[in-house]
Amino acid sequence: MGKYIEMIRIRFLMMLAYRTNYYSGIIIYSINIAAYYFLWSAIYGGKEDIEGLSVIQMTTYIAVAWMARAFYFNNIDREIALEIKEGKVAVELIRPYHYLSMKTMQALGEGIFRLLFFSVPGMVIVSLIFPLKISADPATWGFFAISIVFSFMINTQINLMTGILTFFLFNNDGLIRAKRVVIDLFSGLLLPISFYPLWAQSIMGYFPFQYISYVPSMIFTGGFAGSEVWNAIMMQFLWVAILFIPIQILWVLAKKQMVIQGG
Amino acid sequence: MSNLMIDVDNLTKEFKSHSSRSGLKGAFRDLLTRNYTVHQAVDSISLKIKPGEMVGYIGENGAGKSTTIKMLTGILTPTAGNVRINGMNPHKERERFVKTIGVVFGQRSQLWWDIAVQESFRLLKKVYNVSDEDYKSHMGLVIEALDIAPLLDKPVRKLSLGQRMRCELAAALIHNPPLLFLDEPTIGLDVLVKLKIREFLKELNDRYQTTVVLTTHDLTDIEALCERVIMLDEGKIIYDGALSQLKTSWGEGKQIQFHFTSPKTREELLETTGSELVVWEPSENANSWTANVTNDEEVISVLIKDVVADHKILDLKLLETSTEEIIRNIYEEGVIHG
Repeated sequence: MGKYIEMIRIRFLMMLAYRTNYYSGIIIYSINIAAYYFLWSAIYGGKEDIEGLSVIQMTTYIAVAWMARAFYFNNIDREIALEIKEGKVAVELIRPYHYLSMKTMQALGEGIFRLLFFSVPGMVIVSLIFPLKISADPATWGFFAISIVFSFMINTQINLMTGILTFFLFNNDGLIRAKRVVIDLFSGLLLPISFYPLWAQSIMGYFPFQYISYVPSMIFTGGFAGSEVWNAIMMQFLWVAILFIPIQILWVLAKKQMVIQGG
Repeated sequence: MSNLMIDVDNLTKEFKSHSSRSGLKGAFRDLLTRNYTVHQAVDSISLKIKPGEMVGYIGENGAGKSTTIKMLTGILTPTAGNVRINGMNPHKERERFVKTIGVVFGQRSQLWWDIAVQESFRLLKKVYNVSDEDYKSHMGLVIEALDIAPLLDKPVRKLSLGQRMRCELAAALIHNPPLLFLDEPTIGLDVLVKLKIREFLKELNDRYQTTVVLTTHDLTDIEALCERVIMLDEGKIIYDGALSQLKTSWGEGKQIQFHFTSPKTREELLETTGSELVVWEPSENANSWTANVTNDEEVISVLIKDVVADHKILDLKLLETSTEEIIRNIYEEGVIHG
């Protein structure tokens, strides 16, 4: 276990090594939140609420969704693809650890870094500028914390799968880009799931995407109440368990037909 | 359980690759069906290596060296054949197995690019579960022998190639493995760094009886380190034996280079020496000629005596056929001699 914790630390150091990325990230997230704030204020116009969310809840939803994204979002799919393309995966396989677990730990290191140095200060700044409704209820915060951990797991699992597919496709930049758009769109980051037409909502029920962003944001804004919260978290847990299976299958197949590219 | 370090039996690796059809029409056809060709990168090789041996593994580009190394390190799954290293099956027991080997790939870094060398070492120490005492006593020596102490706090991307290679080697040895694979470790390095690395490897072998398998294109590495060479061509082993024997069975001839004071012609020289035992070849300029003779003291002495008696010379050099030439000959002729 020590080696995995050490890897989180190393990733932390690597994030610090590239400070420019960090500063530009803060700016990009702030611009996104501001843009959506103005967009939604225009859409609401004078209306009290749409689909059960008030304008302040909506702003909070957007701000929290982006800040949570800083934690669960990671580029390990791209990293895995790159390591496979450049043949670096050979070096990873001569180490006495599980490649995918190590990648997950790197993602976690990145996530924790952004949560501490990015989401928390970012949220403070955003709450000073825009009117947000932040819950003081410790239970809400607790559920939210559990929920974003599951968000991280589901998103990371999807990234691992996309990454491993490089073993079979050799070049899957297109797939990685498509996956990113699908997640941003269907996770509820841009638009709460309840705003989609009913038929779309029922289709999305069969996919894990809404459990990445929609669920933690709804928990935080108080859009979910009582048993809804429990159900949502249970569903998240279920998806984490389900997604383990295809990853294991893909990994076994990948190891069998692995080709190290570039000699 | 045998007391072999590496025991490989009929190891084979096939790669399936598709060949693209030519032209636009071909490209469209490729979308629907593809032509596959099976290519044998490694073709049923068998080899046995004892603990403490230093073995040179050589071959042309694409001969299957790296593929073999990748199968021996558990990265690739063999298509057929048995591998037992240190009593383990590399790809089946990968995590346990890789703890007992060290690997250096000359062409790719295993240190983390953005962080200081010592952070990489620290992570590897954790990964391999090395105790503080072991790390201090063993790595202290390694760091001193490779002279990398001043580099430890620098990020890897700021190191020169020679500095990086020394750090890579140290990184591969953190857990003091009994078996070390070096895949072209001296590629692109200058002579001083090469010498340092060779010296270090010898010392390591002396001290810990580390088994070393070395692939390289630089045959001086092999001459300096390995008593045994395994030569690979198109996935098959074409020579496995002592380097010295390779030299005696292939490097039959000697070359004697004469620098004369004035230009000579072949006729003049043949008049002196006759043509039965000597083949004359012109060297760099008209004043210098090389005599190719069999490696026989009598013949050489007579030749030198005759030439010096008839012609004035400035300089004389006795050359032994170099390993590089021997290997070139073997590849060109493609036969196994001894």
